[in-house]
Order: sequence, then C-alpha cells, then structure tokens
Amino acid sequence: MVGAGNAGRRPARHHGRFRGKNPGIKVTLVSGPYSSTRDQIVVGAASGTLSDVVGLDGAWVNGLSKQGAIASLDELMDNAKYDRTQITDIVKVDGKSVMFPLASFVYPVFVNLDLAKAAGVDKMPSTRSEFADAAKKMTDASKNQYGWVLPLSLQSPGGIQNDVMSWVWASGASMMKDGKPDLENEAVVGTLEYIQSLGKDGVISPGIFAKKEQDKVEEFVNGRVGMMVDSLAHVNLIRERNPNLKFGISALPAMDGYTGKRGMPYASWGIGVSEGSAHKEEAWKLVEFLMSAEVNGRLVSIANAFPGNVNAKPDFVAGDPVFAEAFKIFQSGYPANEFVGLPVAEELMRDMNVEVQKMFDGGQTAKEAAANAQKAWLAKF
Amino acid sequence: MNGSAPAMATARPKARKFRYRTLRKLVPYLFVSPATLLLTLLMLFPMLMVVRYSLMDGAIMKKGAAFVGFQNYMALFADPVFWQSVGQTLYFTVMSVVFHFIIGLAFALLLNTDRVDPLIRSILRVLFILPWLFTAVIIAIIWRLLLDPNGVVNSVLMALHIIDFKVEWFSSTKTAIHALTFANIWAGYPLYMVSLLAGLQGIPKELYEAAGIDGANEVEKFWYITIPQLMPIIISIALLDFIWTMQVFPLVWMTTGGGPIYSTEMLSTYTYKLAFSRYEFSLASASAIIILVISMSVTYFYIKHQQRR
Repeated sequence: MVGAGNAGRRPARHHGRFRGKNPGIKVTLVSGPYSSTRDQIVVGAASGTLSDVVGLDGAWVNGLSKQGAIASLDELMDNAKYDRTQITDIVKVDGKSVMFPLASFVYPVFVNLDLAKAAGVDKMPSTRSEFADAAKKMTDASKNQYGWVLPLSLQSPGGIQNDVMSWVWASGASMMKDGKPDLENEAVVGTLEYIQSLGKDGVISPGIFAKKEQDKVEEFVNGRVGMMVDSLAHVNLIRERNPNLKFGISALPAMDGYTGKRGMPYASWGIGVSEGSAHKEEAWKLVEFLMSAEVNGRLVSIANAFPGNVNAKPDFVAGDPVFAEAFKIFQSGYPANEFVGLPVAEELMRDMNVEVQKMFDGGQTAKEAAANAQKAWLAKF
Repeated sequence: MNGSAPAMATARPKARKFRYRTLRKLVPYLFVSPATLLLTLLMLFPMLMVVRYSLMDGAIMKKGAAFVGFQNYMALFADPVFWQSVGQTLYFTVMSVVFHFIIGLAFALLLNTDRVDPLIRSILRVLFILPWLFTAVIIAIIWRLLLDPNGVVNSVLMALHIIDFKVEWFSSTKTAIHALTFANIWAGYPLYMVSLLAGLQGIPKELYEAAGIDGANEVEKFWYITIPQLMPIIISIALLDFIWTMQVFPLVWMTTGGGPIYSTEMLSTYTYKLAFSRYEFSLASASAIIILVISMSVTYFYIKHQQRR
C-alpha cells in the first residue's frame, strides 16, 4: 500500500491485526511525503509497479482513473455484497466508484482569541461582513499584525481550494454546473471580489503569492495573523508550536443573509485499488478492513480526522472542546470539495491561482479573473 | 597421414595465435563493456524513451498512444508561457554565471593575496565556502526567511532608509526573478572561488616579477597575466555552470514555484508542471528534449575547448 505521512507505529499495529485475520495476505506499507506520493503513483502505474492498495487524494483520482491506474471498486463491492450505505462518500469518475474517503480533514476558520479580544472582536465571525470587520480590527501593520492570511503559492496551489473556493461552498453555492465549470456565476465572482476587497483593505498578511500552507500556519502560530482557514489536522501542531496560543474555531463565514446549510471544505485521504493489481480480491479485503467502523474509527482518532465510515466513532471528539466544536460544525453543514474527482484538479487550481494572482496584481478585475479561469478550465474538460 | 601431422601441428599454433590476437583486440572492449552497458541502460535507453514519448500523443496516460511527429514541439512553440520560460531561464542562467564568476574571482583574489593576515584568510575561506555546503532545500528556506516581507533584509534596508516599505521580494512580479537569481548567485559562487583560487596559486610568481620589471602596474598584471592564465579554468567552469544552472529546479520550485503569475517560470518548472500537474507526459518530454538540445549545444563547446587543451 502506498500512502503519505507518518502516523508512527499504530498503523503497523492495525496491519498486524489484519494479518491475524487474513494469514495468507502480506501487507507492506510504503509511506512518503505528500508531494512525492502522487508522482510515485503516476510513475508506478505507468511502469506497472503500483502497489495493490493505493492511498489517494481526491484531487488525483480523475487523472489516475483515466490513466488506468486505479480500478473501479463497483465489481469488488458487488462480489463482496458490501453495504455501500456505511461509507460517507464514494468518489466516482465517469460513473465508476474509484475512491473511499478514509479520513477527512475539515477546514474551519481558526481565530486567535487573544488577538481578537485585544482588537475588540467579541464574537466569532459568521458572515462575510463580520469577518471583514474583525480582520480590519485585528490588523495593525506597524506591529506586523494582520487579520487574515492567504497562501497563493503556485508550488502547491491548494490555497485556491481551501482558502478561496471554500468561501463559495460555505454559502451553499457551487463552481460547477452540470458537471462543467461555472466560474462566471455570481457566487464565484462575488467571492473573488470579496477577497480582493480584503486585499485592498490591507488586512491580508503580505507576500501572498509566495506563501504556502505551512507559512500560513506558522504566521498564525506566531500570533502574526488573527484568522486563517485551515485544516483541523493542524490543531495538535499549533498546540505543540505555541502552547500559550488561545484559539477557537468557527464555520467559514457565509454571504450576508444566507441561512441555508453551509458547505464545509474538506480534504480527504482516500483509498483505492490498483487496476494492474494481480491480487484485487486480497486488496479489497484490506480496503474493507480499513473502512470497517472499528478500524476506521481508530485510524481517524490517530489523525484527528473525521471518519469515512458513518458508524465509526472517533474518540477525540468528546475529550477536546476544539474538536467537539468542529464535529458540531461538521454535522450542521455538509462536506464540500468540488475539486474531488475533477480532471487534473491540481492544474485547475493552478490555472485559477494564476488568474487570482493577476487580479491581486491589478492586471484584471474579479470578473475577468473568473472568465479567464473558466476559459482555461473548459479546455481541460 | 604422416604428411598431414606436421601441417596440423602448424595449424594449431596459428589458430591459437589468431584466438590470442582476437582476444587481445577484444580486451579493451571487455574493459569498457560494464560501463557501456550501465550507460546504455541508465542513460541512453531512458533518453531514447523520452525522445519517443515526445513524438507521441498522450504517452504514459493513454494505452494506445499514437505517433504524432513533431506536433508536441509545435504545441510548445505556440505557447507564450514556454517562450517566457525560455527567456527567463536564459536571464537566470547568464546572470548567475556572470556573477558567480565575478564574485568567485573577487573572493579568490582576496584569499590569494599576501596583504591579508593568514589567520583572517583562513577564517574567510571557511565563511566564503559555506553556501556550497547547503543543500538546495536549506538555501530555499534561508532565502525565503531572509526575503520575507517581515524578514531580515527588509528590516535592514528600512533601518538604513534604503526602502520605505516592505518589499515582497518573492511575491512581486517585478522582483521575484531578481531575488531568485540573487539566491542562486549566492549559492553557486564558491565553485568558482575554489577553482580560481587553485588556478591563482598555480601562476608562477616570476611572471608578475618580470611584468613589474617591465613597468606593468597591478591592473595591467591582472589583465595581461592573471586573466589569461586563468582562462582555461574560467571557460571550463563557466560552460559547466551554464549547463547546471539552466537545469536548476529545486531552488525555483521551493521558493516561488514558477510564480507569481509566470514571472519565475523556468524551463525546468514548466516541464515539471506539464508532467506532474497536467499529466501531459508527451509535451513534458518534448520540453525536456529542448532543454537537452540547449545543454548539448553548450556541451559541444565544452568538449571542443577540452580537446584544444
């Protein structure tokens, strides 16, 4: 199995249990950093050396499926008479089920409570106006202190998904229509205009075009920014880096007057089976094992993520107020990430990133940025 | 029967001699065969594969990828971002090579002069060589921190009243390419410094003494003795540096990722994005072949120069 990250020895313990139940199946865990995992999978699929079970990001699955790297799970599920209703979301490409989200990391707004209090912000921002107002109050450029941080580095263009388009989904809107890009709609253009206005107000920490997700977290940890949109997976990291930092989380602000359900941006680590696998049945057994309520619950508890199995009960939710709040937000809204399953999703983010950068650089309006991104996206559909 | 026995006896040594001669001729080939085999497997074969991919449509990603001739090359030539990346790669490379040489030579002269105390020279030698010891990742992190809008460089420049606002070095389309080139210059000059220092120490002192007797001043000695004596080293390193710098990827990728917009897009990052972001392996292969051709043209001059020596 190929996967990213390092969760210590505990996954190995699960593999021990799997081997105990399936003595004839040997599992070797191949882990690596996020960025090289995708390259490893693409090259592995091309050279026929891809592992039987594959760790996946939703942004990769379309390309990998079209490459013929990952298999349809439909037949495997049918053969095993698998109960599909226990899975939170099955990612499909061209109608074929290709990925189960194993662990989902939601992206709420993190607020530095000390900074907020000092700035006179006494309530978590719930609407865009409240957010803009709070960001203005928290900004003091003479102290290198800003209200919000926006990472738009082209190296890892995930900022477009997590920090820009998430505002669209939080207001129940969409960037797609009938399976095609719809970036020129009011919701997307309005979001771009809103973000541009935050830039003009000077509330965004400078250097956004070279900033990456880790820079964003670093600035928040150091108390240089009051608010950021970030993954719940970073809660422990933030606490480790600055144990004195008091922070809270809230759902991403919606458009003023919006009362519907809010889309909660998320990123999933998923799981799939290699198309070239000579041991698909055995691979499926491992997938089924990892997606079972008990094992999935334990795995997501290690990662502070939300489960892929609806019956799994992660143990961190009850004991931690931040996670308890996150779970409440998660349950009150719906998971939203429209990049999952799109063709060359990372390239789409990069295309849009370039257009948003041009907008911030003064080269075009929000409307033009949306139109140009739409044109670039359509060429890839 | 009796008559054929001596004939066979003479035929045997002849055959043995022939085998011996053949073996002798084969020996050099046998010696080079392991290296040739490795080179063929690890370099020639992958290179030919990339050439083949560059002539196909949808290599790796499509099962029935078809031969399309030079279509991928034409598609690249029609892309304005490709030409922008060619221009920026050339700017980045030429500036890096020129300043690597100037700084490397200046430091080498400083370390070679008797006018500086030997202890100070030893300390400077260690300090000057430091950038060479860092990996690209460390260099990228160092310069990202230094050139952050809230970083040390801006603080110093503002304290000295050279600038009156925080410059976003890597984040502005106006400054990013220059900041990146500067970081690369900083990282690469020690190669020149070490090589030129070795060259300077090899120049006979008698040449300077003779020039002094003839009335040459320090500047004339530098232009008419030092530079000509160092020229073979300068040409060799400059050509190698040109090839290496043109292919620099990690530093660009980890500082700007080719942005903002396309302002630091290099051929290396452009190719990487084609392959691993757009999954266009055929286009990426064509772009890689173009880099190879440019590098090989410089390599040709390098080999010619080496042969002349």
